[in-house]
Amino acid sequence: MSGAPIALGGARAAPARPAAAPPKPYRFPRFEIATLDNGLRVIVAPVRTLPVVTALLLADAGASTEPGAQDGVANLTARGLLEGTMRRDGNALTEQFERLGAGVFSGADWDTANAGVTVLRAHLEPALSLLGELVLAPSFPERDIARLRAERLADLLQMRTEPRGLADEMFARFVYDPLSRYARPEEGGSDTVSTLTRDDVRRFYMDRYRPRGSTLVLVGDLSVDDGLDLARRTLGGWHGTASRGAPPAEAPARTTRAVHLVRKPDAPQSELRIGHIGLPRTHPDYFPVLVMNAVLGGLFSSRINLNLREEHAYTYAAFSGFAWRRGAGPFVVSTAVESDVTADAAREVLTEIDRIRSAPVTADELSLATSYLGGVFPIKYETTDAIARALAALAAFDLSIDYFDTYRDAVRGVSSADIQRAAENYLHPDALQVVVVGDASEIKAPLAAMELGPLLEYGADGVELSTD
Amino acid sequence: MRIPIESYRLSNGLVVTLSEDHTAPLVAVNLWYRVGSANERMGRTGFAHLFEHMLFQGSEHVAANEHFELIQRAGGTLNGSTWLDRTNYYETVPSNELALALWLESDRMGALLPAMTQQKLDTQRDVVKNERRWSMDNQPYGTWSERLPALTYPASHPFHHSLIGSMEDLSAASLEDIAAFFSTYYRPDNAVLSIAGDFEPRQARAFVEQYFGVIPRGTTPVPPLAELQLPPLFGEWRREVVPDMVMVPRLFLAFRAPVFGSDEYYDCSVLGAILGMGKASRLQRELVREREIASEATAFTFDLTQGADLLVIDATARPEVSSDALEAEVAREVDAVRAGGVTAAEVERAVALIETAFVTSLQSAGERADKLSMFAAMFDDPRLLNEQTDRYRAVTVERVNAFARERLGTNNRASLMYVPKDGDEGQPDETEAATGAAR
Repeated sequence: MSGAPIALGGARAAPARPAAAPPKPYRFPRFEIATLDNGLRVIVAPVRTLPVVTALLLADAGASTEPGAQDGVANLTARGLLEGTMRRDGNALTEQFERLGAGVFSGADWDTANAGVTVLRAHLEPALSLLGELVLAPSFPERDIARLRAERLADLLQMRTEPRGLADEMFARFVYDPLSRYARPEEGGSDTVSTLTRDDVRRFYMDRYRPRGSTLVLVGDLSVDDGLDLARRTLGGWHGTASRGAPPAEAPARTTRAVHLVRKPDAPQSELRIGHIGLPRTHPDYFPVLVMNAVLGGLFSSRINLNLREEHAYTYAAFSGFAWRRGAGPFVVSTAVESDVTADAAREVLTEIDRIRSAPVTADELSLATSYLGGVFPIKYETTDAIARALAALAAFDLSIDYFDTYRDAVRGVSSADIQRAAENYLHPDALQVVVVGDASEIKAPLAAMELGPLLEYGADGVELSTD
Repeated sequence: MRIPIESYRLSNGLVVTLSEDHTAPLVAVNLWYRVGSANERMGRTGFAHLFEHMLFQGSEHVAANEHFELIQRAGGTLNGSTWLDRTNYYETVPSNELALALWLESDRMGALLPAMTQQKLDTQRDVVKNERRWSMDNQPYGTWSERLPALTYPASHPFHHSLIGSMEDLSAASLEDIAAFFSTYYRPDNAVLSIAGDFEPRQARAFVEQYFGVIPRGTTPVPPLAELQLPPLFGEWRREVVPDMVMVPRLFLAFRAPVFGSDEYYDCSVLGAILGMGKASRLQRELVREREIASEATAFTFDLTQGADLLVIDATARPEVSSDALEAEVAREVDAVRAGGVTAAEVERAVALIETAFVTSLQSAGERADKLSMFAAMFDDPRLLNEQTDRYRAVTVERVNAFARERLGTNNRASLMYVPKDGDEGQPDETEAATGAAR
């Protein structure tokens, strides 16, 4: 064992902390938006650093556009696109893509469905031609749809012992009114998924996957003209209109605070989700809320993480966030804490939510949040995939065309008064739902003693247990 | 696809690699220290990783958590990670903040210990224990990452023990351990510094000399690891069955495999991709799509650069499939590839997917810097980065088949099988499905 700690430090004449050089200008990649004759919107962003292109097709076919009692059909349809076309079966289709080096993907979120590839420039034309084929002429084979349905049911079964997914699902269930689509799992629960048929998938596809209402995003080593030409050749023959999906109703399950304890016997940690209904993505106070959340719990250096992790060592990580959707997605604080400090951790989260509402954030906190959000902006968009997803969000939420060019000014324009106003208006301590997945035998009594609200207890299936 | 690479060494032994790219005004800084969990002594499992946490607790001129704050305030991202034989620390910052990132890294390389306190150690020990609970103990199948190395490396081998460590060993770690570990391994002559992105080379070199040049090299040789070499085969089919809080069986089937960078590695990697990379891979096609044995099946290597690596098949059973059937079906695919060989089209598909993934990853300055550090730290030659695609393209059907015959036999397998604890293999009966739907 070598020497005293100080000896090493003292051996060095330390240079002083450097000041920043003047910042360099940055612009989000230039892009152009055009509409084809069939109504398909096409966005092309030439980014010519590496010989790579990302193609992303977006349909207005997310979970919130599903017909009643068909939760999960959006996900099943999006995944079903890769199961074969009128010209080739699923094995042949994915093999064709992958021999081009193109890992093809598809999926659905709340608002939209997407299918896409990232591919070397040399293989772009054949890859896009295949992408056009699966979007225009999917065959949705009966057997493969049944298989995807069974895989979703298997996922749901596995979630019973997976505390993070279980906590997220239970949180949505306890926050939203049961009639809201947001109360139920994005990919559907077993009640509806088990009833979905190939016909449901076909109908959903025919209704929602139409060029007018869809967007093709092309980002990477190509010109705008090349991109538009490719779009015409591969998707020009598509026709029809999909109406724009309306966001789901957003009524809360309850308007007063409650604690929901979901039993997971012998769990060494408690998964905590604390929050309530938030705001839609297009809310005019998006930027004040974004910066407010960065101070509260959006970063490693935010209040919630510094409190729960660095001060109290209750957890490995604690974060807060707003889930941005067309409708009002949830605001939620998420963390996993050692069982015996569960109630203390919940109290600290509530304390931080109270604190950001009751006193202005400091100038240091404000500048940390705004300079972080503004500074990482270019770092978020290093890859063609990330740029394509940003442009897809622009399309999905109808953001203004100069959104990316004005983003940094919008962030820097938020004041500490704006933050306090956002916290007062959009954080509701009395309406917080405190959801805990953990070992009830250890955490129930301390949680009850904290008197945060009525304490309700559930099994891992979400069914309320009759309690004492 | 080649990126520009420069490399040189400071007089204190620090290896520096530079790769310029002015696409966007950002720059990545990345440090690899040649130390990981393999360097831990008995009774101190998890220490290398705990130590990584302590590197964010400040240094002589940086307060606790200030490293995070300064980088985030600068508009940058940062983190660190610990692996069996290396630990890395990295930042991506707007290019006008390059000096700050270098200065912060130099302060903790040069003068960590003045900032270390018992209280900080106690806090980070509890944070790490919660990290263990979160990532392993409270996650279905979460312990696989420590059980698989334990099953596949001999007890005396440096890769055998748990990377995140046991609760007892974490509790035993002391400030004296911190001091000893720091002076033994955290020194310029045991590290590589890479800078990738938007910088001016003359200025970057001046910053590096100014901040790192004054740090003295280590005074004693870095202690070598215990013997890492292993025979190419296990010599048997090992099995471990783990009853766990899970609903369906999941199998990790491992084969002892050649280390990253060897000729054989590329054969192994291509074979792994033929088996389990992408939707048209054999395991996906046969087990997931055709026979509906598994809901997910992939294959991967750890890409270890020393000793011996593992090729791992990871397959999760469908609820109605037993653990025995899962293992038998996975083994059937392995036997089939061994007996019947692969096709040229399969090799072509695998190489194309790997190449796209590789080129795509180079879009990120942080990825470029990390790969440069890896090649410089483990192979003394960062330029090897530019040879990777060629090495994959050189793989042939014959090479893959020879590799499969040699390495995928029943004398080189290890099965780590998770099964539901109560013996019930998770049959979803009608009652359960109905209850799950209730709200």
